[in-house]
Amino acid sequence: MTPMIEVADLWKVFGPRPERVVGSPLADLSRAELRERTGCVIAVRGVSFDVRPGEVFVVMGLSGSGKSTLVRCLTRLIEPTSGEIGIGGEPVRAMNPSRLRELRRRRVAMVFQHFGLLPHRSVLDNVAYGLEIQGRSRAERHRRAGETLALVGLEGHENQYPDQLSGGMQQRVGLARALATDPEVLLFDEPFSALDPLIRRDMQAEVRRLHGEVGKTLVFITHDLSEALSLGDRIAVLRDGALVQVGTPEELVGAPADSYVADFVRDVPRSDVLTLRWIMREPAPGERCEDEPLSQHTVIRDAVHRVLRAERPIPVVDGVRRVGVIDADRLLPALIGHHRQVPA
Amino acid sequence: MTATVPPPALRSGRVTPTAGEVAAVGRRRRPWRRLWAVVLGVVTVAAYVVFRTEGATEDGDAAAFRFFDGVRDWVDANRDSSPVFLYGINYVRLGVRLLVDAVQAALSGLGFAGLVAAITGLGVVLAGWRTGLLALGGFLAFAVLGLWEQSVDTLVLTVSAVLLSVAIGVPLGVLAARVRWVGAALRPVLDVMQILPTFAYLAPMTLLFLIGEPAAVIATMIYAVPATIRITALGIGEVSPSAVEAATALGSTRWQLLRKVRLPMARPTIVLAVNQTIMLALSMVVITALIDAPGLGQNIVSALQRVNVGAAFDAGLAIVILAVVLDRITTNAARRVRRSLSIRGGIGVGIAVVAAAFIPLGSADLPAYSFAAPVNDAVGWIELHWYDVTEGLKNGISAGVLDPLETVLVTSPWWLFVAAVAAFGTLISGWRAAAVAAPAAAGLAGLGLWQHSMQTLATVLVAIVLTMLIGVATGVVCARHDRLATALRPVLDAAQTMPSFVYLLPAVALFGASRFTAIVAAVIFAVPPVVRLVERGLRDVPPAVVEAARSAGSTPRQLLWKVQLPMARGGLLLAANQGIVMVLAMVVVGGLVGAGALGYDVVAGFSQRELFGQGLAAGLAIVLLGIVLDRLTQGFHDSKGPRR
Amino acid sequence: MRTLRTAATAALIASLAACGGATSGAGEESEPSAGPKGTVNLAINPWVGYEANAAVIAHLLEKELGYTVEKKELKEEIAWQGFETGEVDAIVENWGHADLKKTYIEQKKVAVDVGPTGNKGTIGWYVPQWMVDEHPDITDWNNLNKYAALFKTSESKGKGQFLAGDPSFVTNDAALVKNLKLDYTVVYSGSEAAIIKAAQQASAQKKPLLFYFYEPQWLFAKEKYVRVKLPAYKTGCDADPKKVACDYPDYVLDKIASKKFADANSTAYQLIKNFTWTNDDQNLVSDYITNQGMTPEKAAEKWAAEHEATWKPWIR
Repeated sequence: MTPMIEVADLWKVFGPRPERVVGSPLADLSRAELRERTGCVIAVRGVSFDVRPGEVFVVMGLSGSGKSTLVRCLTRLIEPTSGEIGIGGEPVRAMNPSRLRELRRRRVAMVFQHFGLLPHRSVLDNVAYGLEIQGRSRAERHRRAGETLALVGLEGHENQYPDQLSGGMQQRVGLARALATDPEVLLFDEPFSALDPLIRRDMQAEVRRLHGEVGKTLVFITHDLSEALSLGDRIAVLRDGALVQVGTPEELVGAPADSYVADFVRDVPRSDVLTLRWIMREPAPGERCEDEPLSQHTVIRDAVHRVLRAERPIPVVDGVRRVGVIDADRLLPALIGHHRQVPA
Repeated sequence: MTATVPPPALRSGRVTPTAGEVAAVGRRRRPWRRLWAVVLGVVTVAAYVVFRTEGATEDGDAAAFRFFDGVRDWVDANRDSSPVFLYGINYVRLGVRLLVDAVQAALSGLGFAGLVAAITGLGVVLAGWRTGLLALGGFLAFAVLGLWEQSVDTLVLTVSAVLLSVAIGVPLGVLAARVRWVGAALRPVLDVMQILPTFAYLAPMTLLFLIGEPAAVIATMIYAVPATIRITALGIGEVSPSAVEAATALGSTRWQLLRKVRLPMARPTIVLAVNQTIMLALSMVVITALIDAPGLGQNIVSALQRVNVGAAFDAGLAIVILAVVLDRITTNAARRVRRSLSIRGGIGVGIAVVAAAFIPLGSADLPAYSFAAPVNDAVGWIELHWYDVTEGLKNGISAGVLDPLETVLVTSPWWLFVAAVAAFGTLISGWRAAAVAAPAAAGLAGLGLWQHSMQTLATVLVAIVLTMLIGVATGVVCARHDRLATALRPVLDAAQTMPSFVYLLPAVALFGASRFTAIVAAVIFAVPPVVRLVERGLRDVPPAVVEAARSAGSTPRQLLWKVQLPMARGGLLLAANQGIVMVLAMVVVGGLVGAGALGYDVVAGFSQRELFGQGLAAGLAIVLLGIVLDRLTQGFHDSKGPRR
Repeated sequence: MRTLRTAATAALIASLAACGGATSGAGEESEPSAGPKGTVNLAINPWVGYEANAAVIAHLLEKELGYTVEKKELKEEIAWQGFETGEVDAIVENWGHADLKKTYIEQKKVAVDVGPTGNKGTIGWYVPQWMVDEHPDITDWNNLNKYAALFKTSESKGKGQFLAGDPSFVTNDAALVKNLKLDYTVVYSGSEAAIIKAAQQASAQKKPLLFYFYEPQWLFAKEKYVRVKLPAYKTGCDADPKKVACDYPDYVLDKIASKKFADANSTAYQLIKNFTWTNDDQNLVSDYITNQGMTPEKAAEKWAAEHEATWKPWIR
C-alpha cells in the first residue's frame, strides 16, 4: 500500500542563511554553540517517516522538541529548509502557490491548539469558512457545515459566536471546520492541551469515534504520552528535532530505543499497553493448554481475568497459528513490574 | 492591552509606550549623566557669556523668503499651464470638490428633520438608545443655537475629510502593518506629520489647491490621517496569529486572509481609528475657516475679529456638541461592531429617515436661545473688576520670566544653540534623537528667522512650564481624590474635544493682544491631556508598593514625593512630551492675537502678498522647532530610540 | 442646487478627463451666479465698515432682488484669491491693493474694478486727545522718540509700543518704524475690535496709546483721537514696501467683482456697481452693528428703511 504521507530527510533551520547548516558539520554543534556561531536554531533535524492511509500517526515530544514545526512543514505553513514531503504521492515542496492552496483547501486540514476561530463569525460561518474560500455557494456550504456540526455534536449552536462557547465546544468547532472540507488528511497540533482533563478525555474519545466513522488519515501532535498511547496506531518520538523512535505504542513501551524514550514511558502501566505477544512463552513440549486461545494482540490487562481463572496455560495465537502460551507466572510480573517502577 | 479600550496615548493620536513600560526604562538611570549635565550646563553658560551677540534683527529678506516667493510666483504663473497642475493637482482639487458636494447634497438633501432623524437612527442602530437620544438632543441644539447651517457645513467638511482619510489611511495602515519597508518608511513621516502645527500648512495648501473647501478638506485630511494609519496598523498587527494560521491552513489566499480574517478581526480597532480621525478632523476643520472653509469656524473667526466671546461661546458649544455626538456614536459602535448589525434595524431606520425627510419642520421652527449675551456680560464684568489682576499677571510674567528668557535665546549665537541642542539632546534622548534635532535647529538659522524662532521658543518654554505646574498639581489631586476625578472627567473630555482655536477667545478677552494671551490659551489647551497622563501615571503605581510604603509609616506627603511621583516619572515625562507639542501648536495660533514671532509671520504670510515667502519659511521654522522640541523630550521617556 | 452642481462637476471631470487637463477655475462656474434667485458670494473682510457695506448690499440683494447671499469671512488677500477659484463674486470695500489689482485684474484677468463705494479712506497713526492736551508736540513724528517711554508695555521689548491691527490690513508700520528710526516696536493686536478696545481704554483710563487707525470709522463720532503727522505722502513714495518713509495716502475705496460675475451683468452686479454712499452712511450702520447690539442684517434693514432715497437709484 502506498503511504499517504512520506517525509524524507526533512530539515527546518531558523535563522540567517539556514541552508548552510543542513548536512554540514555545523549541524553537529550543540544548540547553544550553533546559535552563538551562526544565529541559527535547528527545529527539525533530518526527519523521515511514512504514514499509511487511515492510520493515526502521533508525533510526541516535549515542548521545544520541534513537533509543531514538523507538522507545519507538512503543508508548508512553515517552509522547510530541505528534504522531501509527499502527500498522496504528490511532492509538496514542488508545488506552486495555487497548487499548494488546493492541497490545503481540499486534501489536508488542520486543528490547532488555540483553536484559531474567527471571533467575528458565527459558529456556522466558522465551519463554512473553508468551503467559502473555495467559492462554494452559500446554501451548499451552510448545508455541509450544518452536517459537520451535527457530526461533532454541536447541532443547535450554529448561530452562536465562538466566545459564547466553552473551550471544549470551541475545539469541536475547530474539528468541524477541519472536517467540513472532507479532507484526506487531518493534522492535529496539540488540539486538546488547552482543555481541562475531563474534557480532554471526552475529546479524545470523540476523535477515536470520528476516526472510526470517517476513516481519515490523522497526524496528531501531542506532548501527552497517555494521549499518544490511547490514540496512536504508531507513535514517533521527537527529541531536539530528531526522531528517536517510531513504533506502535507497545513497541515503545516494550522496547524503548534509548533511555530518553525509556524515561518517557517509565510510568506507563505496562499491562495497559503491552500485549500478550510481549510476555508469552514457548509452550513446554507436550504441555496441555486451554482450548480457547487468546490473540497475541490482546492487551495484558484484558487477559488477566481469563489467565488467572484458567487452570492451564492459554494458547496465544496470531490468527489461527499458535505462537506461544501464557500463564499466571508470566502475567504477574508484568502487572507488578509496573508498580515497582512508580517513583517514590 | 485589549483592542477595544484605547490607551490614552492613542486617544491623542500618538502611539507611545504606556506609562508602565516607560517607568521601567526611566529607572535605569546612569550615574554619569548627572555629572555630564552639570558640566554641559556650565560650558553652555560660559560660552553664552563669551559669545553673546546683539541679537540681529530680521531684515525680512532672507534667501529662503525669496525662494518661497519664487515658488509662489511660479505656481501662480503655471497653475493653468503646467502639466503638474493640469493633470495632477487640479484634478485632486476637482475630485475633492466633487466629494464635498456629494456629501453636502446627501446631508442637505435630507432636510432638517431628515438629517436629525438620520443621525438619531444612526446612533440607535450603531450605538444604542442612549446614544441615539444624545444625537437627537445634540442636533436639535444646533437649531436652537441658530447654528444649524453652519453645523451642517462643518459636518459636511468633517465627513468628507474623514472619508478621504479612511480611504487613504486604512490601506496605508494595512500596508504599514503587513509590509515591513512600508512601515519603516512611514514611521518618520507620520512622526513629523503629528508634530506639524495645524497652522503651518495652511499657506502651502492654498498655494497648491487655492482657497475653499477642497484645500480645507485636504489640509484636514493631512492633519487627521496619521492617526488613521497608525491605529489601523496597530489593529492589523494585533490580529491573533492563530486565526491567521488556521485560515492559511485552510488554503486562504493573501487577499482572502485580508478581507475575511485580518480586516474583520481588526474592525473594532479600525472603528477606533475612525473615531480618532473624526475628532482630529473636527478640530482642524474649524481652523480651515481661515482659508475660506464654511461652517462653525467662520463664526469663531468672526467672533475673534470682533472680540465677541459670547458669539464664540455659542459656536464653540456647537462644536463640542458635534464632537461629543460623533465620539459617542463611534466609540459605542466600536464596542458593538463585533456582530454584524441587524439588517432589519437598518431598514427600519432608513424608512423612518425617509419619512422624516418629508416632515415640513425647519431648523427655524425651534425656539432659539443664545448664550452670547450672558457670556458677554460675564466677560465684561471680569474685565471691569479683574483688570488689575489680569494686567498685573500679564506684566509680571512677561517682564519677570518671558523677556529675560527671550533675551538670552535671541542673543545666543545660532551655533551655540545648535551645539547645546546636540549636546543636551544626546544626553537626554540619545544620539539618534540629537542627530535629528541638531540639524533641525541649524535649519532654523538657515531660514533667516532666527530671532522670531527664539521668541516663539521662549513663549513655548514659559507655557510648558506653566502647563506642567498646573497639570501635575491637578493630576496629583485627581489621583488622590476619586470624587474630584469623577467630577473633572467630563470637563476634561469636553476640553479635549474643543478645537484649539476656541481657546484664544477667553484669553484675548482677559489679557488683550499679547504673548501672554497665547501662553494662557496654550496652557488651557494643553493642561487636560497632561492632567490625564499624570493621573494615570500615579494610579498605575502598583497598589502593593503603596501599601508597603504605608505600612512602613509614610505620611501621605512622603508617599507622594518618595514613592508615587518617582514611580510615575514615565507618565510625567510622557505628559511633558505631549504637552510641549500641543503648546507649540497653540502658541503659533496665538500669532492671530498679538503673540507675534513665527505665528504672526504665518498669518501675515497668507494675508499679505509680499510676505508670502516669509510666511512659508515661518511655517517651515515652526515644523523644525517642533521637531527639535519633540526629539529632545522624546528621550525623556525613551532613551533607546523607537521601541516596539 | 448643490445636487445640480455636483452633477455638473462630475460631468465636467468626465469631459476634462476625456480631453485634457483641468484649470484652477474648473468646476466652479456651474453654480448660477446670474439671473434671478441666484447666489451671490460676498467676501467679508474683517472690519466693521466693510461689514456695513456688505450688510446693506446683501439686504438689498435678498429682500429687493430675490438673491441668496453667501457671506464669507475672508481676509483681503484671500478674498482676492477667491476671484480665481470662483469662491468670491465681489469685494465691496477695497483699500488700494495695487499689487493685487495688477495680479488679478491685469495679469490673470479674473477680476474687474467696479467703481468707488463713495467712501473716502484714510489710514494713519493716532493718539488719544488727552495726550495731545498734555503733550501738544506729540502729533509730530519727529517728537515720537521723545515720548517712547510713555508707550512702553509688556510686549514692546523696552521700546515704545505701536499698536497695529489685523496682520492682513494694509500697513507700512514696520517699515515706517525702521525707516524713520523710531524707537518703537510694532505689536499686532490681531483685529479691528482689539484696536478699538485699546483706543477706548486709552481715552477712558487715560492710558498712553499710539495706534493704527482709519476712517471711515464710527469711533471718531464718540471719542476724539488725533492723527500724528508723518512725512507727507508723495506719489510713489510707498512704491517699495520695504523703503516706505512717508504717511499713508488717501484712499478712494472701491469695489471689485469677479470677471465672470461682471460678464453675466445680472441685476446683482448692477446693484453692486451702482452702490455708493458716504462715510456718514457707513458709520451709521457700523454704529448700529457695534454699539446698538444689532446683527448686520437688522442694521441694514433699519438703515434701508430710513434711507430709501439713497438706495433706490442703485436698483434700476
